[in-house]
Amino acid sequence: MKLNLKIWRQKNAKSKGEMKDYPINGIEGDMSFLEMLDVLNEELINKGEEPVQFDHDCREGICGSCSLQINGEPHGPDRLVTTCQLHMRKFNDGDTIVIEPFRATAFPVIKDLVIDRSAFDRIQQVGGYISVNTSGNTVDANATPIEKENADDSFYAATCIGCGACVAACKNASAMLFTSAKVSQFALLPQGRVEATERVQSMVRQMDLEGFGNCTNTGACEVECPKGISLENIARMNREYLSANLKG
Amino acid sequence: MGILDSKVPSGPLADKWTKHKNEINLVNPANKRNIDVIVVGTGLAGGSAAATLAELGYNVKTFCYQDSPRRAHSIAAQGGINAAKNYQGDGDSAYRLFYDTVKGGDYRSREANVYRLAEESSNIIDQCVAQGVPFAREYGGLLDNRSFGGVLVSRTFYAKGQTGQQLLLGCYAAMNRQINRGKIKPFNRHEMMDLVLVDGKARGIIARDLVTGEIERHSAHAVVLASGGYGNVFYLSTNAMGSNVMAAWRAHRRGAYFANPCFTQIHPTCIPVSGDHQSKLTLMSESLRNDGRIWVPARKEDAEDIRSGKLKPTQLKEEDRDYYLERRYPAFGNLVPRDVASRAAKERCDAGFGVNKTGEAVYLDFAAAIQRYGKEEALTHGMKDTDEKTVTKLGRDVVEAKYGNLFQMYEKIVDENPYETPMMIYPAVHYTMGGLWVDYNLQTTIDGCYCVGEANFSDHGANRLGASALMQGLADGYFVLPYTIGDYLSDDIRTGEITTDSPEFDHAETEVRERIDKLMSGSGKHSVDYYHKKLGLIMWNKCGMSRNGEELQAAIDEIAELRKDFWANVKIPGAGDAMNSELEKAGRVADFLELGELFAKDALTRNESCGGHFREEYQTKEGEALRDDENFKFVSAWEYKGEPKDAVLHKEDLKYENIELKTRSYK
Repeated sequence: MKLNLKIWRQKNAKSKGEMKDYPINGIEGDMSFLEMLDVLNEELINKGEEPVQFDHDCREGICGSCSLQINGEPHGPDRLVTTCQLHMRKFNDGDTIVIEPFRATAFPVIKDLVIDRSAFDRIQQVGGYISVNTSGNTVDANATPIEKENADDSFYAATCIGCGACVAACKNASAMLFTSAKVSQFALLPQGRVEATERVQSMVRQMDLEGFGNCTNTGACEVECPKGISLENIARMNREYLSANLKG
Repeated sequence: MGILDSKVPSGPLADKWTKHKNEINLVNPANKRNIDVIVVGTGLAGGSAAATLAELGYNVKTFCYQDSPRRAHSIAAQGGINAAKNYQGDGDSAYRLFYDTVKGGDYRSREANVYRLAEESSNIIDQCVAQGVPFAREYGGLLDNRSFGGVLVSRTFYAKGQTGQQLLLGCYAAMNRQINRGKIKPFNRHEMMDLVLVDGKARGIIARDLVTGEIERHSAHAVVLASGGYGNVFYLSTNAMGSNVMAAWRAHRRGAYFANPCFTQIHPTCIPVSGDHQSKLTLMSESLRNDGRIWVPARKEDAEDIRSGKLKPTQLKEEDRDYYLERRYPAFGNLVPRDVASRAAKERCDAGFGVNKTGEAVYLDFAAAIQRYGKEEALTHGMKDTDEKTVTKLGRDVVEAKYGNLFQMYEKIVDENPYETPMMIYPAVHYTMGGLWVDYNLQTTIDGCYCVGEANFSDHGANRLGASALMQGLADGYFVLPYTIGDYLSDDIRTGEITTDSPEFDHAETEVRERIDKLMSGSGKHSVDYYHKKLGLIMWNKCGMSRNGEELQAAIDEIAELRKDFWANVKIPGAGDAMNSELEKAGRVADFLELGELFAKDALTRNESCGGHFREEYQTKEGEALRDDENFKFVSAWEYKGEPKDAVLHKEDLKYENIELKTRSYK
């Protein structure tokens, strides 16, 4: 496969970036998108040029490191995959592929395709946990039965990998899907109810402070989410938030 | 050659840990506020250790190379976590978990450590549930279990195929709580470049900020290494791209002994290699062996036809298939331990029965499970005379509920639907049982330098059982290290802050800078990946699933040669004082090039076969591992002396007082 890549190059956070053209040859359908970039980088290194910097680690769709906007879509054209699981068989010979970092005010570019997603960490830090000590002196794990349906929904919410595709997909760069997934995970479990009021208030407050936009229910986040996190979580968070504020 | 003191407490096995906790020194809460601890790595072991240490009152600094602690590679663990809860009432107990682990490790682990692990396992599940980890549950609302290889009970707790993710997010949440309180200071996108010793004690690290390239000094009263395993020495493995041995190796170079480097786990069920472009391998969880049956064609002609595309696996009749694990190991069948399953797959493929283009793949088939579950569902829903299509649909739904994400992952990578055609799998490097030598307190041979999780060598002997890595990481981090380290730190309550303005820090920083300069000044012939791939091939071909003396010697020579070439000719574009992924990789590969040689040397020294270490010269007539307890019932701990070839061997004799040493049999 022969491709024409258009890639965002930016030296560092302070400098201005630009799109650059990189024609590339010999790409096979079995390669992952990142392996295609490996081929490009090997070529660049051999020419003495700086390789394209991008975040990646597990390369099996679970660490949430990869953060590429491919032809205008977070993680590219395939559904329910991260960039590392996107394979070149989804593209055709002669295609032009535009590769940019995820774009959002709250996700500043560090270099090339690498962005700073520490805003997500800070949202979690203000309440994305249950305040129990980790000393292990707690009740037996089976002391409180939990309805399977709630346990399952909590799990599905918890499978969020924190990649930020939801933010990149949203025209408002809203982080509602991400934040609501964490709020939901705990709201659905009896052990998480104890701090539910304060949790949702703190996390929403921090989300706003970080400069993420508002939710206008377009549902783009759900479509692009590589883990299929449901919009229901946003509805649940709105309910939690409303009742938390009514409680005061 | 010295004899190592493991500091295992005296007394009966079951009482050792409690007795030890009662006898060690404690640090009072007010004094903990004056003590700093560095934790390198934020996976299950590091994350849990950091959270508990901070909660106890210590000031913790965490370091990880990822952009967030939540991305450490523990996140990718799929199948589950063992705990001796006996919720299924199938006769499980701490003793059984202990016994299974020691036997699974082919009698090369330390009894007292493994018992402590088994003892703490139940605690982990209680703790994680309290933290809101959403484990799988049954309709009655109680926790569900499944079974893993090498055991005869169901003691594995799980969260679909994302157990590691859920447990790590639990640790990350616990860390966040402490970060919010100011008790943990996270240094993300930072890499430990060296360990700093002051008066023989670990007192800090030199780290590189991976965004700015700045070299930083960080001091502490103790340093905990939780930096994971070194599977990436093989280039291709199920490890993350960034997983590396740098932290452990830097500590080794400063005096920490490296134990059993040749004990590596090759996992039997991974997606086979598809071509030269391959950058990493993807695991298909061992939990799949609960329901999947492994087979190859019984006749070579059929295997050839399958390889050339003339025949489809689904067309092959039952009697024309060889379910070789069920045939060879009737008692454990498809659930034999990983080392046994991997070698059996290699044996069939080497004999010409492999089923993909490269001839290096076997089938993992769910057709029987789909039918079995389908019939069961039809029955429980009162459906009579159900047709085959409905049964298949019902069965498929059950399989999807259990392993859905794994099947999806497989389909995305291989472009085949595993519900309809059997999966193709092949063994791949997955985990390293070897690591820094630690005593019962998890302290390395450097005072004040501790090591937890996969980075240490302690609990799995020569082969790790499935779902035990998560258990060890969390047991070490939540429940063991935070207490044992107190015994050491109790001497430090009057020390006060450790200054980074000392000749020791000066010296270490200078060395780090010189090393970076040296890497950057290579002649520029080949990329870092070029060397890494070459090293990987040597390791896989000569130190992989089976090894022999001649090839190991060749590996030692070739790696030493490659290392020389690397330092002279590596090419790293860009600058040292900015974000530079090639420079990061180069530092890691440089250490792999030393570790690889020690690995081969260790394998060459161990003239026996045990667990994942299979020496062709030492096998039974049936091709099973032939252990030599008379001469090799010890841990090999290597002391650094410059070049890997000069490393000095120290031994820790393993005493089995509670388990009888037997030939490991799963027949």
